[in-house]
Amino acid sequence: MTQNTGKVVSINGNLLSVKFDGSVSMNEICFVKVDDTALKSEVIRIKGNIAQIQVYEMTDGIKCGDEVEFTGDMLSAELGPGLLGQVYDGLQNPLPVLAEQAGWFLERGIYADGLDRDKKWEFTPTAKVGEVLQAGGYIGTVPEGPFTHKIFIPFYLLGSYTLKSIKEKGMYTVRETVAVITDERGRDIDVTMSFKWPVKRAIRCYSERLAPVETMETKVRLIDSFFPVAKGGTYCTPGPFGAGKTVLQHTTSKYADVDIVIIAACGERAGEVVETITEFPELTDPKTGRSLMERTIIICNTSSMPVASREASVYTSVTLAEYYRQMGLNVLMLADSTSRWAQALREMSGRLEEIPGEEAFPAYLESYIAAFYERAGYVRLPDGSTGSVTIGGTVSPAGGNFEEPVTQATLKVVGAFHGLSRERSDARKYPAIDPMISWSKYRTVIDGEKSDFCKDILHKGVEVASMMKVIGEEGTTLEDYILYLKSEMLDSVYLQQNSFDAVDADCGSHRQRYVTDKLITVLGSDYELKSKDDARTYFNRMRQRFIDWNYKAFESGEFKNAEAEIDKLYSEGKGSLTGSAENLLKGGR
Amino acid sequence: MSMNKVYNRIESIVGNVITVKATGVRYKELAQINTRFGKSLAQVNKIDGDTVSLQVFMGGQGVSTGDEVRFLGRDMRVPFGEELLGRIFNGSGDPRDNGPMLTENMKPIGGPSVNPTKRILANRMLRTNIPMIDMFNTLVVSQKLPIFSISGEPYNQLLARIAMQAEADVIVLGGMGLKYDDFLYFKEELSRGGALSKTVMFIHTASDPTVECMMIPDMALAVAEQFALEDKDVLVLLTDMTNYADAMKEIAITQEQVPSNRGYPGDLYSQLASRYEKAVDFANSGSVTVLAVTTMPGDDVTHPVPDNTGYITEGQYYLKGGRIEPFGSLSRLKQNVNGKTRKDHRALMDAMIRMYSAYKETLEKKNMGFSMSRWDNKLLKYGELFEQRLMDLSVNMSLEEALDTGWRILAECFEKDETGIKSDLTDEFWPEK
Repeated sequence: MTQNTGKVVSINGNLLSVKFDGSVSMNEICFVKVDDTALKSEVIRIKGNIAQIQVYEMTDGIKCGDEVEFTGDMLSAELGPGLLGQVYDGLQNPLPVLAEQAGWFLERGIYADGLDRDKKWEFTPTAKVGEVLQAGGYIGTVPEGPFTHKIFIPFYLLGSYTLKSIKEKGMYTVRETVAVITDERGRDIDVTMSFKWPVKRAIRCYSERLAPVETMETKVRLIDSFFPVAKGGTYCTPGPFGAGKTVLQHTTSKYADVDIVIIAACGERAGEVVETITEFPELTDPKTGRSLMERTIIICNTSSMPVASREASVYTSVTLAEYYRQMGLNVLMLADSTSRWAQALREMSGRLEEIPGEEAFPAYLESYIAAFYERAGYVRLPDGSTGSVTIGGTVSPAGGNFEEPVTQATLKVVGAFHGLSRERSDARKYPAIDPMISWSKYRTVIDGEKSDFCKDILHKGVEVASMMKVIGEEGTTLEDYILYLKSEMLDSVYLQQNSFDAVDADCGSHRQRYVTDKLITVLGSDYELKSKDDARTYFNRMRQRFIDWNYKAFESGEFKNAEAEIDKLYSEGKGSLTGSAENLLKGGR
Repeated sequence: MSMNKVYNRIESIVGNVITVKATGVRYKELAQINTRFGKSLAQVNKIDGDTVSLQVFMGGQGVSTGDEVRFLGRDMRVPFGEELLGRIFNGSGDPRDNGPMLTENMKPIGGPSVNPTKRILANRMLRTNIPMIDMFNTLVVSQKLPIFSISGEPYNQLLARIAMQAEADVIVLGGMGLKYDDFLYFKEELSRGGALSKTVMFIHTASDPTVECMMIPDMALAVAEQFALEDKDVLVLLTDMTNYADAMKEIAITQEQVPSNRGYPGDLYSQLASRYEKAVDFANSGSVTVLAVTTMPGDDVTHPVPDNTGYITEGQYYLKGGRIEPFGSLSRLKQNVNGKTRKDHRALMDAMIRMYSAYKETLEKKNMGFSMSRWDNKLLKYGELFEQRLMDLSVNMSLEEALDTGWRILAECFEKDETGIKSDLTDEFWPEK
């Protein structure tokens, strides 16, 4: 391809207009030459012979007449072994490599390969010469951490190919040719262990998309029991600042029952990424017994890094997620925060002087959000196995008001909604997911009817509480008051969870089922309580017993002792199971 | 090169922004403009072909179309070195004390962000001896925290007190739209406390031009960053960031940018974030901690400035009614340090806040005229003691004393199992009656 160039004709923040001669394609990558560096940019609008480009860097020092070189390529991610455990920026530059080259700061114009060129991987061929293959089919494997990494026929190759030759088992770099395939017209194509894929396009090398049915355990009781997430599903976590969105995602990234977690720190604080980088290598993944970092990729484009690459970062992340899904793995992608991504779109839209939509967000905001979440899914792969990409995104609504455009556009397309509330976080209730507004379309890890029974108690408790605000405690019947106490207890011993305690934070589905049965017994019983003060004292004590129980390792001796304390108090209170609770417990077993 | 290119024709003057026809000019380059009221710096903020827009530091007032514009061929810089300590500068980087102009060792401002992999986890507590901070929302070295407040509250007094009591090698004070009285107050207070000699001030007062206001945070933070790279623990105090945001709004509207919320530019979040993210703990070197007053117009936390700030910073202190409110205040980094202080710290903190929340509800019921139960009366007593012995801003005690005080308050009001604290802690720390 001939080198296509242009000249800068206007500069407005990180938006440049460039006059060009040849042909330029939409979303093409180009480089602006300023002093000794070349700044990576992307074409976002073309009019006549003027291309408008967003620069992924600070634009200080650029002047009109500076040269721009077009590459002919779209923004792409490099896919191959060696992605796991990496910390990338939004353009897939490994940050540790940049630090080696530039020191403390992210100096502009310095880029590095997404995959190590020199590292050798042990390739084992699996395809036979003469075999007919298609994009997404694989020719061999390499071990990558705890996983068997498949080496694919590049996803962008259309049609069928015949395997002409393949290397023997041995050590190769990601850029060495390991096989040669021949297309239908007899042309040979070299296959290496890595290839590039344009990040803004979804990878579709699967046989069919299936309904997400299997629950993805997060070990968070409030989520798994009441507002679950499915493997291949989508969910969002909107909440005002300080309500604990990031802490919740951080916990999920540690405990979620998936193979691989991809964390997109999009326009948020660098400090949070540092936490993950520091903590994860020290933690063990219970599934593989290896370091948690080996199943994690961090794409980190924090708030002070250039806004255009923030926009790219969510696409880079989801592309890596789709790539590992193609290997039959379950991948969870966490985006924190999708609002910052939307704001990046807004900033650019403003500079392009597009007609603004609501709150100055561009009119295409909704379709962009929908297209992003649609990249999640549970799929059947060409070899019959299944894989999934689950997407969880936080939303940071302006003023904590869920009516704003990003929250509303997100709610239309996700399968579960975990709404965080200021009231709950102010009262130090963790997680601050508000059970009154949250919902999920997926299957709970406890029995659905039991989940509804508990939610019903919560709802009734809230009704009584709001009534009590008007008529006072003395105007409330003892029966209603007990209902209120039960709902308060359910909230503090089951909905709330201590994410800093290793036992309490890691509450698996077996334990959740066991504990809800006990709770239904306690909450679904009538007691001989004579006054409201008696009732309060009784449920305070019961609450205490349950809290102590939560901190004991499941099925340990201590766990059984703590449980015996609950049973003892239950009989002291002369609890008798109501009919509906009894039926529920029988039916569920 | 554009060095020393001189233009004698200004094409337009709108607010603080002028345009000239010029070529070879770089984005963000500085120019000097000679007006009948003296010289002023101006900075390029848009280039469209040969039309170059500049924001004039001293403002557009009195600028004539015939004034001379000379491009300087350099960007905005700030002097750096030990000799800065004790000095006071304005938003153009000129001295506003009677000291000499510094021109050596000029450093760029608004530089690139720190590579996240070169940061270390914030893990050092910064003691202030204010219980509402140390016990309930511990401040951590390299943290960035705003002080949300309302006009009339003693936020600058709180800032000054933290400056004097907190352990820092260097203090950088950035004043934006500061009342002259407040400027004098800081000067006096810091010199009275003996802190002036380790302080650098960049001061824009309410009567100075708007464009200079926008330079203050970048200059203050650039200097802080340089000190941190020389192994110093630096505390940056900024007041008031709402004035800074309003200055950005003014310029954006002048240049006909599409506003997003209440007239603020769409990049308000990114602009604030790139300043706050200068807070850092460098591995094997110094640190920058940022405390920034953000006044909330109409006490409205959903106003775009506090709202965007809250999403960027690692919590906030909410100063209202002369005290740091436990609700609304939050130090997100406290868990990095409060697990290493004393083992009852976290549990006691959580329980006391939970009880205080219950107290607030009871107070509301009481004010509506409902009769109080035995439990309600316990809560009322608790709330009163809590406010008196821990919340009052005049309380000055170490963290350990504050924790002991907390247990005594609980024991005076409740039984052990009414607190929701794990039994092994109440067994150990519950004071004997």
